[in-house]
Amino acid sequence: MSLHDILVRSAARHPDRVALREPGGRTLSYRELDALSDRLRDRLAAMGVGRGDRVGLHLHKSIDAVASIFGILKCGAAYVPVDPTAPATRNGYILADCSVKALIVEAPQREAVGAEMERLGARPMVIAPEGVGGGEPLRAALADHDAGSPAPAATTVASAPDELAYILYTSGSTGRPKGVMLTHLNATSFVRWCSDTLAPVASDTFSSHAPFHFDLSILDIYLPLSHGAALVLIPEATGKEPLALGELIARERITVWYSTPSILSLLVQYGKLDTLDGSSLRTVLFAGEVFPVVHLRALKALWPRPRYVNLYGPTETNVCTWYEIPALVPPDRTEPFPIGRVCSHLEGIVLGPGGEPVPAGQEGELCIRGAGVTRGYWNLPEQTSRAFLERPDGGRWYRTGDLVMAEPGGDLKFLGRNDRMVKKRGYRVELGEIEAGLYRHPAVREAAVVAVPDAEAGLKIRAHLVTRDGARLSIIELKRFCGTLLPSYMIPDGFSFHAELPRTSTDKTDYQRLIQMA
Amino acid sequence: MSDTQEIHGKVKAFILREFLDGEDPSALGPTTQMFTTGILDSIATLKLVAFLEKEFDISIEAHEADAQNLDTLDDIARLVAAKR
Repeated sequence: MSLHDILVRSAARHPDRVALREPGGRTLSYRELDALSDRLRDRLAAMGVGRGDRVGLHLHKSIDAVASIFGILKCGAAYVPVDPTAPATRNGYILADCSVKALIVEAPQREAVGAEMERLGARPMVIAPEGVGGGEPLRAALADHDAGSPAPAATTVASAPDELAYILYTSGSTGRPKGVMLTHLNATSFVRWCSDTLAPVASDTFSSHAPFHFDLSILDIYLPLSHGAALVLIPEATGKEPLALGELIARERITVWYSTPSILSLLVQYGKLDTLDGSSLRTVLFAGEVFPVVHLRALKALWPRPRYVNLYGPTETNVCTWYEIPALVPPDRTEPFPIGRVCSHLEGIVLGPGGEPVPAGQEGELCIRGAGVTRGYWNLPEQTSRAFLERPDGGRWYRTGDLVMAEPGGDLKFLGRNDRMVKKRGYRVELGEIEAGLYRHPAVREAAVVAVPDAEAGLKIRAHLVTRDGARLSIIELKRFCGTLLPSYMIPDGFSFHAELPRTSTDKTDYQRLIQMA
Repeated sequence: MSDTQEIHGKVKAFILREFLDGEDPSALGPTTQMFTTGILDSIATLKLVAFLEKEFDISIEAHEADAQNLDTLDDIARLVAAKR
């Protein structure tokens, strides 16, 4: 089964049910979503896009964006969603890196991204709706193309399980984002597990809070659409405003919520949830980072009814372990809850430093294999081979880089990372990518970036700099500079200036000292 | 000291202390754009609004807490002055 069969089948079964809703009232039925994505499929096919190609998606969260995703899949190509709020330099790099054959981009951003891609030698075909909202701008853009020469009806491609469905770019330690390649089987096996575990029904209303370049969006899009349920698309700006979000959950009668713990923590603190009706919620899912128990306990007091589930997993596997939060969180508990057990469509082992399985109670790296696991990174064979471990049992295991320990009951507990990747607001951040950005500043001679624990924000990112002439630089100017290269969650929270960076005895940058300095 | 100057001073001190530790105070001018240029992020907005509500005893609605009303010290002073 191809990933887009989810829509085709639901459209046949529930043609008139609402598939997508935008806050503000615009909706699209399953039949309409199927028809609009067919029109895009036809246009892309007429442009020569097909099996084995990639198509860039540079649209804000909207009905237009979801219809585009299905249009791309239906013509047999893989979609590459980028963050429409990230700098054009970064998005242009991503879209050129995986050589998208076509790009669907909102007209106002077309020039900046196109110029950046052109600089890198990439010239995709472009479909440029004037904006997004309700599917109308996409429809209008397709009508414009049809006015030139109508696109003949194409057939929906029956993609094989091992063909690529989408590529999600995450922060890369070398300073460039890297593309995680996911197949139809990777996604459908995960969605099937979600269906079995979470038992959604057609009367459910799901939230889509995560952006489409984030792997949480896979559950958001494909799980409700597998069951004839409705998906409420939350625009990027609203997604950051706890007060507006609390109101949206009440107004839209959301039944299944899924987001990072960060936004749930903000909802608890700033969302005035005590004044809002959260009674429609029956499931609250969270993933992407550790949920501080103090905020989780407060949330459960404000929303006592739903089931709470901690989902864990990197983009390379999507969710690979899960843990159901107990009904009662003891008032004195401060230790975060475990990440739980390996999902049934996958297998997991915990390996010690020598690659040998470690017994319960001992720390090791969590490794995963199975239907949900990526085949690797786009065009990065060396990084791909480093990420996998061939074991004597014949298995090829993805090394998560997460250090875990099995508790006596069998649940896995997350202990930390074995490298320099951190999570900020649920996003993966390679501190090396921030350093690479800072090195592009003409006055920076040396840069070392560390993450420092922070009671309120989870962690803060601090950059330690040595400048060429030893002078301090303006923090405002540095943040602005980073903002031209990096997404906002990667801009350092603070900066320190040094005559030289501390070194270890082996003459490496002493990151531990730098963390302690904060 | 005028009302606006007082607001400017307090807000500027808060922003420098919370989000721009180590910055030369003269670099943060009355028209320096903060939110639209990535200097301050969405979580900083929430903290800033909480500070303004407490410090000046005002109430800021969700739809007012956007980059348009909070982008510069001048914008913030205007919003606060209108609320007092």
